[in-house]
Amino acid sequence: MIRMFVTLTATASILAACGQGGQSGRDLSGADTNYQSVLLEQLIDAQPGDVITIPAGVYQFDRSLMLTVDGVTIRGEGMDETVLNFQNQIAGAEGLLVTANDFTLENLAIEDTIGDAVKVNGGRNIVIRGVRVEWTGGYATENGAYGLYPVQTENVLIEDSVAIGASDAGIYVGQSRNITVRNNRAEYNVAGIEVENSVGADVYGNTATNNTGGILVFNMPNLPQRGHRTRVYDNDVFANNTENFGHAGTPVASVPAGSGIVINSNDEVEIFNNRISDNNTANIIISSLHSTGYSDYAVQPDFDPYPETIWIHSNTFSGGGSSPDGLDLTALKVVLFGLNGSLPDVLFDGYVDADKLVDGALPAALRICVDDEVDVLNADGPNGFENPRVETENYRCTLDSLPAATLDFLD
Amino acid sequence: MTVCRVFATVLALLVTACGAETVTPRYIESGNPAQLSQWGQLQIRGGVLEPAEGVIAYDLTSPLFTDYAHKLRTIWIPEGRQAVYRDGDVLDFPVGTVITKTFYYPRGEEAGVLSSTYPGDGEAQPARLDLGQVELIETRILVRRETGWDAIPYRWDANQSEAALNRIGDIIPMQLDHDGQQLAFNYIMPNVNQCASCHAPDSNTREIAPIGPKPRHLNRDFDHGSGPVNQLTHMAELGLLMNFPLPEAAPRNADWNDQAVTLDARARAYLDINCSHCHSPVGPADTSGLFLEPDTPAGPQLGLCKLPIAAGGGTGDRPYDIVPGEPDLSILLYRMASVEADVMMPEIGRSTIHTEAVELIRDWIAQMDGSCG
Repeated sequence: MIRMFVTLTATASILAACGQGGQSGRDLSGADTNYQSVLLEQLIDAQPGDVITIPAGVYQFDRSLMLTVDGVTIRGEGMDETVLNFQNQIAGAEGLLVTANDFTLENLAIEDTIGDAVKVNGGRNIVIRGVRVEWTGGYATENGAYGLYPVQTENVLIEDSVAIGASDAGIYVGQSRNITVRNNRAEYNVAGIEVENSVGADVYGNTATNNTGGILVFNMPNLPQRGHRTRVYDNDVFANNTENFGHAGTPVASVPAGSGIVINSNDEVEIFNNRISDNNTANIIISSLHSTGYSDYAVQPDFDPYPETIWIHSNTFSGGGSSPDGLDLTALKVVLFGLNGSLPDVLFDGYVDADKLVDGALPAALRICVDDEVDVLNADGPNGFENPRVETENYRCTLDSLPAATLDFLD
Repeated sequence: MTVCRVFATVLALLVTACGAETVTPRYIESGNPAQLSQWGQLQIRGGVLEPAEGVIAYDLTSPLFTDYAHKLRTIWIPEGRQAVYRDGDVLDFPVGTVITKTFYYPRGEEAGVLSSTYPGDGEAQPARLDLGQVELIETRILVRRETGWDAIPYRWDANQSEAALNRIGDIIPMQLDHDGQQLAFNYIMPNVNQCASCHAPDSNTREIAPIGPKPRHLNRDFDHGSGPVNQLTHMAELGLLMNFPLPEAAPRNADWNDQAVTLDARARAYLDINCSHCHSPVGPADTSGLFLEPDTPAGPQLGLCKLPIAAGGGTGDRPYDIVPGEPDLSILLYRMASVEADVMMPEIGRSTIHTEAVELIRDWIAQMDGSCG
């Protein structure tokens, strides 16, 4: 997949201005321009326990908002009723930046920010509920990177929300602990939902469609926290076939269009009870940082790039794999499965930690187990993709179920 | 009636004749005073803005870049109190300390146009601003209260006689002559909450703190009117700084613009004052894994061959934060050379490209050995 990566990088560069951009997006002719200063003052004067309510209406902002006080709720009257639009934003890397504990954001929309829509940097007990983040001109490389973006947070709930058009991830939880992402819809993002370097995440009841990749569970090197233990279940992950319109160099730029669920360098991931279909590269991809930009020089020595303890079971699969992204994957498909064939539902790049092998095999607890009636393709990455092969039987095994994330913090 | 009028007249005379000369620095324990003058830190006398009696002007070895703005910085410590020297950190200031930073530009040759430099020979006296020659934009106060530091910003009025509290920030269209180039940009005055974007350098405590008054930034000379003297020595001699060793024993950053020192020292000094308040192991940008403190070893933490994490469009389609020998493949340089809100670094505090610093960092990366394999 190194070659795949290179191919994709070139593609991404060529398509650097791709997308549906140019569509005009939300019409702001009747939008309220005076409310900005009211809300800025409220955010400055906020005290713990305050609820800042924003009435229905379309409000225009030319600069970003920031909240630094613990225990504040910002509440609108609905994700289609209370709209904060940043089309005319002049300054600020986010729409709303929060650095506080016990924060709740609910029932409003944040649209067309230059950069990230909502970033929560640090903090415990973060709830984002019924929030729509959207780039209303359609998906485009120039759109902001992240929609809903808690990072280095503990106890996070994102529910009943919608993310559309992010040039990186629609919903992105990074370097966090105890996370629930449920009942959201992510559409036309490069990554629909991404959990990165996080510990203890439940991702369920979501719909991810029309993204480049539907749901991603990643680990990146050189960060303060390494991630593990993610459950992805009861989601609808279908037709994530939108071209990769992300920026080259970002971790998601290596995701082929047509990816359903992608695990990269992460451990302890359980994927079950999902309905996964029509993702044209593969419904599930399991890969290592080796395939996506590994540099021996720069990766911390103790970084473990190998995806281990992966359990895939009880999912429903249909379609997919019929039109993989990139020349290498297309060639692979044609050679192994014919012009009208499809890649198997599960694609594994084949990197295994040689130091952990016992008698040529990984210990049972570290294995990749696929207990669904689908095939697994080992792309043979370690040998330069010389001998890609279907070896489903090597992955027929089961693992222990993972513990759930908790929502004890909610009251 | 008559008595009142006489009294009013006398009062007015007093204010006119002596008002400016009787400015006394004050510590205000709580609240957000509506006028900058209430703090008594700066005074306007004979068309000149200067520190009030007992208020010490200072400068930094290398300053933060803010759209080529000039800055008059002052510290005042209440009578009988002292700051305590800390080697690698901001001086430990006592309650009551007031720090001010006034952003201003020399006036350009055309009306409505400001300049990045003074015409002719430049600044005569750094702590005395001739209001005929400069335009004051904003003054930011950092005050050390019982509860910690508070940040309170003031915007100067059109006739440059007073600055009023402005908590929600402002976007100020500006025309600037820089080195013969005409720059048109929006000068962004941050809102109060955004002070924490830079001035909450520990993302765990999130406490507001000064950035500049660390020994390595203060350890240089300043002319208070009777010849250059080391700033830390000066404070110690005034009895305002305890436990100060000698300047030679204190750390000192390079002047990023001093061609006489090594490229590495200049680049690291620039990255320190402009970036390390966020890009440190406890800073809000530790999410990136990129640390730009002066003692960060040359390796992935300093960005060498380090993958970007959540840079989005900030990557500029480049592979690593720094590619040794390849400035044009280095994300760090791309982000310094941008003014796009979702690309540029620092994220706030500038709307122009610091061309000279971009050149410095370009040269620094270009002379690095090695490759990313």
